[in-house]
Amino acid sequence: MKIFLFLLRYNHNTIMAHKLLLLGDEAIAVGALDAGLSGIYAYPGTPSTEITEYVQHSRTAKENHIHCSWSANEKTAMEAALGMSYAGKRAMVCMKHVGLNVAADPFINSAITGANGGLIVVSADDPSMHSSQNEQDSRVYGKFAMVPILEPSNQQEAYDMVFYAFDFSEKYKIPVLLRITTRMAHSRSGVVRRECRDENTMHMPSDLRQFVLLPAIARKRYDNLIHTQKHFLEESENSPFNLYTDATDKSKGIIVAGIAINYLKENFAGRSIPYPLLKIGQYPLPRKQVEKLVAECGEVLILEDGYPVIEEMLRGYIPGTKKIRGRLDGTIPRTGELNPNILAVALGLPDTKGLPVPGLVVNRPPQLCAGCPHIDSYIALNEVLKELTKGRVFSDIGCYTLGALPPYEAINSCVDMGASITMAKGAADAGLVPSVAVIGDSTFTHSGITGLLDAVNDKSPVTVIILDNATTAMTGGQDSAGEGRIEDICKGVGVEEAHIRVIKPLKKYHEENVRIMKEELDYPGVSVIIPRRECIVNVDKRMRQKFK
Amino acid sequence: MKKDIILAGVGGQGIISIAAIIGYAALQEKMFLKQSEVHGMSQRGGDVMSNLRISHDEIASDLIPFGQADLIISVEPLESLRYLAYLSPENGWLVTNTIPFNNIPNYPEMSKVLAEINKLPHHVALDADTLAKEAGSARSANIVILGAASPFLGLAYEKFEDAIRFTFRTKGDAVIEKNLKALKLGREFADQNI
Repeated sequence: MKIFLFLLRYNHNTIMAHKLLLLGDEAIAVGALDAGLSGIYAYPGTPSTEITEYVQHSRTAKENHIHCSWSANEKTAMEAALGMSYAGKRAMVCMKHVGLNVAADPFINSAITGANGGLIVVSADDPSMHSSQNEQDSRVYGKFAMVPILEPSNQQEAYDMVFYAFDFSEKYKIPVLLRITTRMAHSRSGVVRRECRDENTMHMPSDLRQFVLLPAIARKRYDNLIHTQKHFLEESENSPFNLYTDATDKSKGIIVAGIAINYLKENFAGRSIPYPLLKIGQYPLPRKQVEKLVAECGEVLILEDGYPVIEEMLRGYIPGTKKIRGRLDGTIPRTGELNPNILAVALGLPDTKGLPVPGLVVNRPPQLCAGCPHIDSYIALNEVLKELTKGRVFSDIGCYTLGALPPYEAINSCVDMGASITMAKGAADAGLVPSVAVIGDSTFTHSGITGLLDAVNDKSPVTVIILDNATTAMTGGQDSAGEGRIEDICKGVGVEEAHIRVIKPLKKYHEENVRIMKEELDYPGVSVIIPRRECIVNVDKRMRQKFK
Repeated sequence: MKKDIILAGVGGQGIISIAAIIGYAALQEKMFLKQSEVHGMSQRGGDVMSNLRISHDEIASDLIPFGQADLIISVEPLESLRYLAYLSPENGWLVTNTIPFNNIPNYPEMSKVLAEINKLPHHVALDADTLAKEAGSARSANIVILGAASPFLGLAYEKFEDAIRFTFRTKGDAVIEKNLKALKLGREFADQNI
């Protein structure tokens, strides 16, 4: 969709009157810019990456010096956004759902400190795990932190909610969580813009101890958070995003959250939905409307993407007689994203079927690109390890995770950002020697450095292979925070200079690379090998630019 | 008018460009549009698909229900079969390239893949790679396929020509002409074979 992006990126303010065709991610970015954003902070992660990228490509953002460079990880991003909020300006921090685990400490505590300038935390969930290691539901985090949550049902609402969330955040001095899912993030639809708002001027918090979470102050702040909950509830009950639509057939009532409303409407195309309907776009759950629906309807069907969050709340609210239908009683599959057909079955409507898929259709899993430097690194590593027992390679999150698949089958773990080094260290502590970690340059600066320090302090017999392709490749080639400084970082952490080896992962250097890997695997302390060659996709992009 | 379209291929084959051109043409007709894309991990040489819905009436779901797609447009033959569950059994058309993108060790026998495509009551299967070369642009196989799909999209042929001129306007007249030729060769094949 380059054509539309072109229009958007270069004429941000001149095409306001027209309907824009935007990805959900882009709608959030445009909303933030129009609502007076001063800084966006993020680490790339599918499906959230395009929010920040939109701001990075926006001429308006550039002219207004909106902060938009990548952060080292989601925790540093969250903290920087909180700092901008402290200074009175509007800030947004964006991440994929598992990024919120990394940012959980500042996120939970930001609910206690509260905000000053408007602060929005965008977390993009990935039900069905299109590009993720789990399908955790960020609404649980929102509830855990006791902050309001907004969940758009379409791109227009995503845009509008950003304005609403910034205002809400400043009214109650609280961060607001904006929860989206892959389907929302990466689906395109029309959006109409509003009048732009200026950025805030810098202003300090009225109480300069607001952000000092010493226990005595934290207790007061926590009390404040607890007491504000009733206002959050009132706001939810009066929210334009929580809509109750009455209907005559009260045998069933439906509570529908986020984008599931679209699948519901699809099933009643051309006719009105016959059952009372409560559409949820803002949490805490609007108690008044929920109680009305439950009191008036025979059974309650809950449609939500992700975990059965609302369903569990309701089962807790009303023990006993009322029938609650959802993911927990099998009306809807327990896992995976929703679609129109799942809803048809849940509603007792006729299901639709296409043609059978022939048996010869085999899977085509994603794979390392032809010419990828990781291929040469894995071929060398496999050769070095073939004499030893299998299962010694702890890996990480990135393109190189595809090394788990044939023909390489070179790695034995992929857990979370940075876990390669620390797991290799733990396994070495248990006696698995040699033990190997494989991590990318961007993942290393995200969360690998502290683990390397642990290994150095313990003189653990681990070999850490930092695959340096000078980019964050998996998410589309974003800047890598430590580019050109990987050896210096390792030296600074305390790895001995003689055991930091840079190699060039190319077929013609295979023998030499194998020899160097062998030497370092034999070394009974921390060694680092840095296979360095630029990501082939980036090379290709660069060449195309050059010869355009 | 409403068309539900599944676009299929392998990451990097240009299905998003096809969607962009159809999308532009539909917007010029003041139609509504919803398009669900694949980004991230599966782009790396894996199978990719996109749901594209265009309609004069408002569209509810981003996802097309099973059995409701009017059209599968695929730039790769094996991929064209992967999404048959979405195709309308009565009226659905399948338009596909016959040239495989073979990056897996267990790619099925080509004759069997083509036999499955030929079993379908409504299909157009063409060697888009050769036609693209004939048009002077080996990279325009996706545009050839779009041309072959154009009779089934409910929009006048000129609308696609306009959309191509707009899409490639920064690339110069030569590129525009090659892509218009690719579109035409695809269209001619479809007209002669349906």
